[in-house]
Amino acid sequence: MAEKPRTLFEKVWESHLVAEPANEPALLYVDLHLVHEVTSPQAFEGLRLAGRKLRRPNRTVATIDHNVPTTLEGRVNIQDAIAAKQIDTLRKNCAEFGVTLYDIESAEQGIVHVIGPELGITKPGMTIVCGDSHTSTHGAFGALAFGIGTSEVEHVMATQCLPQSRPKTFRIAVEGELPEGVTAKDVALGIIGRIGTDGATGYVIEYAGSAIRSLSMEGRMTVCNMSIEAGARAGMIAPDETTFAYLKAREFSPTGEDWDKAIAEWRKLASDPGAKYDRELVIPAIELAPYVTWGTSPGMVIPVTDVIPDPAATKSDADRRGFERALEYMALTPGTLIEEVAIDRVFIGSCTNSRIEDLRAAARVVVGHHVNPKVRAMVVPGSQRVKAQAESEGLDHIFRAAGFEWREPGCSMCLGMNPDILSPGERCASTSNRNFEGRQGRGGRTHLVSPMMAAAAAITGHFTDVRTWEFRKEEVLA
Amino acid sequence: MQSFRTLTSNALPLDRVNVDTDQIIPKQFLKRIERTGYGEFLFFDWRQNPAFELNNPRYKGAQILLTAKNFGCGSSREHAAWALSDYGFRCVIAPSFADIFHSNAGKNGILLVTLPEDQMQLLLDRAAKSDGYSLTVSLEDQTVTDTQGFSASFTIDPFRRYCLLEGLDDIGLTLRHADELDEFEQHHEAAFWVAPKPYAAKTSQERANA
Repeated sequence: MAEKPRTLFEKVWESHLVAEPANEPALLYVDLHLVHEVTSPQAFEGLRLAGRKLRRPNRTVATIDHNVPTTLEGRVNIQDAIAAKQIDTLRKNCAEFGVTLYDIESAEQGIVHVIGPELGITKPGMTIVCGDSHTSTHGAFGALAFGIGTSEVEHVMATQCLPQSRPKTFRIAVEGELPEGVTAKDVALGIIGRIGTDGATGYVIEYAGSAIRSLSMEGRMTVCNMSIEAGARAGMIAPDETTFAYLKAREFSPTGEDWDKAIAEWRKLASDPGAKYDRELVIPAIELAPYVTWGTSPGMVIPVTDVIPDPAATKSDADRRGFERALEYMALTPGTLIEEVAIDRVFIGSCTNSRIEDLRAAARVVVGHHVNPKVRAMVVPGSQRVKAQAESEGLDHIFRAAGFEWREPGCSMCLGMNPDILSPGERCASTSNRNFEGRQGRGGRTHLVSPMMAAAAAITGHFTDVRTWEFRKEEVLA
Repeated sequence: MQSFRTLTSNALPLDRVNVDTDQIIPKQFLKRIERTGYGEFLFFDWRQNPAFELNNPRYKGAQILLTAKNFGCGSSREHAAWALSDYGFRCVIAPSFADIFHSNAGKNGILLVTLPEDQMQLLLDRAAKSDGYSLTVSLEDQTVTDTQGFSASFTIDPFRRYCLLEGLDDIGLTLRHADELDEFEQHHEAAFWVAPKPYAAKTSQERANA
């Protein structure tokens, strides 16, 4: 008798079940626990108070990303005493509990969701958790990866597993070729615009279709990263040749015979033909455009050629009130072309868009141009590795010559837990993932865009359709 | 964890959709290393507006929060649950909740009740209009009632209900399966194609010297 066809999610889920007690959530084994300074101190403290140890220190990796300043001077002597204490607490906790820490001066330091994949710590078929909602990023490798709260962080530290109710499955296929200027970020924003910020609550998304397959690993990470913005705790993409090529010869990737065995196992992870999902959606790639969010929720998104929508078009009273609040907060009027909206700041970075490919794409737009005199723009590489790679390609020269600030790695202005914040009323074109009120600084106004769109806005001073961009070729490298 | 059985309290209406955890507890308060003391920072930015519901003396002491769909979306910060709990909220009633917030609330003894939009709108209106509007939430009976004739039942995952009723600590529950965990781990390590390697971090200096 043939076995029941299974989805990628089902294969990973079922191979990590420790126990399935009756009338209780299943116990799911955790292969990798990523830790950062913000959501871990209370968990370590909980272990200490209960006299518990870390069950598997070698399945736990820590770095410092949220609080760390992105200037060299700022990192040497962190001015914010509360942030400095939190960072120092992580150092002490890692030493006490035997956890590897990629500290600020380490050559591997970076945003936790950038360094896991680039070091080859993230692998297909794994279960990965972190006290951070953008853990969904790692699903790009065919891992089941999701964000957890601090109580769950403590739970994983103590037991290396988590009680979890089985989520439902949602297959989203993007079919066809992505039009020029439409990037992975636009795929993510286009999906959220269609299904809403609670559209996938209770589901794990599997992204499929030819447009997804054609994305690089960097692009796939961008798409999976934003799953949580559609309400899904996790997003996954089946591993394929692109995945294996990315992972080959990374520090923590298997080698020799182990590599061959690993690839053979990873090939089995893709969903079987005929596997059933709880929900499915197909989006033709041709319908996607470069997007700009206009409001205070990632679902408030329009193609760059559109006007700010009218609240009258909303479905319910509650939605209409939310819509009106967002317009007021963002200081925008319905009917205005988004391309006519001027910006003050540009942020290229975050766990969504700070990888080498993102920086290359932005640099391609920037080369031969100069940042608008009214705009302050910064590029914050996702990790020391990304920074070094970009510098070896001369991208830092392109950005600096154009008037961008070139910073040290960290979460930076994505969430404003460090000195990089917006001032009240400032409007920012940002490659990050959340346009919530005050996210980038109290009173700050965030518009989410792709790296190319952010770069173009930095040059012109307002949102600009990158499909009409004049790409210049001149050689600016030293 | 404090157990939850039945609660009668006045209710605060927060009629906004998609209330994200950045609003519940803004990032500047996430730098602390303590687990307590977040109540005074709950909805910090919104509270700067004197007209914001939390500043209305009518709702002082409310332990029940009424709100709109997709409450708790965004960041995984458990500080949001800590802030709600520390401020005094023991129950949130809404048409829907975000997943991560849902589990964080449960770990902190906060009961989340899901009611349909039309019932929710009725409760929000009553709480906004009648002084001292009070609700009784019974987890034992799975009901929400007021003194004006409103009565609704709600569903909840039976295990979550049990943990809240008993105030149970999750780690203790998991450790009932310690033998299965040991056995799984042995088998998983042996069969798993890649056993974890030690993750050694090098400083830039060490790298340069290598």
